[in-house]
Amino acid sequence: MNLLLDALRWLADPGNWQSGSQSPLPIQDRLLEHLSYTAVAVVIAALIALPLGFFIGHTGRGRQFVIAFTGSMRALPTLGLLFFLLMVFGYVLSYDTAPIVGATISFVILAIPSMLAGAYSGLESVDRGTIDSARANGMTEWQILTQVEIPLGLPLIVGGVRSAVLQVIATVTIASYAGLGGLGRIITSGIGFNDYDRILGGALLVTALALAIDGLFALTQRATATKGLTDSPQTTRLRTPSRSPRPRTRESA
Amino acid sequence: MSWTQENLPLIGELTLNHTRLAVIPIVASFVLSIPLGWLANRNRALRAVVIGGGSLLYTIPSLPLFVILPLIIPTRVLDETNLVVALTIYGVAVMARSASDALASVEPATIDASTAVGFSPAARFFRVELPLAGPVLLAGIRVVSVSTIALVSVGVIIGSANLGYLFQNGKQRGILEEVVVGIVVSLLLALVFDVVIVLLGRLLMPWTRDAPAAGRGADESGASQGPADPDQLVALTGGLR
Repeated sequence: MNLLLDALRWLADPGNWQSGSQSPLPIQDRLLEHLSYTAVAVVIAALIALPLGFFIGHTGRGRQFVIAFTGSMRALPTLGLLFFLLMVFGYVLSYDTAPIVGATISFVILAIPSMLAGAYSGLESVDRGTIDSARANGMTEWQILTQVEIPLGLPLIVGGVRSAVLQVIATVTIASYAGLGGLGRIITSGIGFNDYDRILGGALLVTALALAIDGLFALTQRATATKGLTDSPQTTRLRTPSRSPRPRTRESA
Repeated sequence: MSWTQENLPLIGELTLNHTRLAVIPIVASFVLSIPLGWLANRNRALRAVVIGGGSLLYTIPSLPLFVILPLIIPTRVLDETNLVVALTIYGVAVMARSASDALASVEPATIDASTAVGFSPAARFFRVELPLAGPVLLAGIRVVSVSTIALVSVGVIIGSANLGYLFQNGKQRGILEEVVVGIVVSLLLALVFDVVIVLLGRLLMPWTRDAPAAGRGADESGASQGPADPDQLVALTGGLR
């Protein structure tokens, strides 16, 4: 318990937040790095995975692909993928761009399956009768997608993004082990110096960040659930976002 | 391929150790999750504690958890027990929900019927409910197995000797082949575990053999495991593959 208090004291020490201090401090710079790596990777992954997932969910083509892809991605060890890409890009890119490009691509690869599965299963979860009646009312396929399927599937779609974001936040922690910034640097430098306050302080920061972001997403998921869908007991059981906070796999770190 | 040929004993040893480190959490999370899943189906409050607590624990990134654990349990920082305990926590977090869904998927009419023909509550649980929950439990444990094997390798950062060592060592020494071998063996190991689990499932649940889609069990888990959850797809594949 004392260690925990020491770690909290370390976090509260204004000296550790002083800008211009030596790496891995100040804390806010590492926090910002962590968030920006995450944001960049998630945005790129979303641009690839969401349209693809919508296409598969809307047309029903390639369903087997999504299932096989997400299943096998689960088995891929994060650390291995990261190191592999860092090395491969190390051969072709310059010393300072290789780590960031390699790491970002590995984060993107990690984020894609959850988002793809979320987008696909979000559309899949929409009642077929609803879609048929939208079509019967003369909506175009595009209108069905954007005005019926996506809004109704939104909790699941947001759920996929949520899993992806959490997975990337977790993985960015290990990325620092391969020479990048982010909150993981605080932990790795703490391990290097055998400085327990710092290790724990860093660990607490990452955990708090993950929990905070997860909480935000839980609220978003609740807010994006279409009202009225939750009325029948059947749909309540299957679709309320409150029962669905289970994220990503732990290939994430 | 020269690196691989020269280092086969090392690869073998790391694979064995990786297997050992993965088996314990997989088995432990299966065993622990059944009573938890049962509890979660008792009432709303317990459900909130089990399922909510599980997803909360699941949110903690692994590297921080590995270093925080020694403070909570009496282990040292570089102790492998931390890894095993952390992986068990993640496994239980996933599996408790699967177990609760699995037990909930048993037809109430079947339970009533077994009560009517004279099963005691305990006998009913072990001889009716648990076997019927089997297919969904199987789908859940397959997810746990695959992700546990992938995660073990992160343990190399806290000094555990497993396939993750090949990633770290290969990176440090600039041997790409070593990293690739680590990834490939890790994927193969996950595949072998999956096959073994499916075969065990067939052995223990011979009645599911003739129903290739694993019937409604798998579907049910897919639907109820939780919308936010891409896992539902894997649970689905559990039945479809």
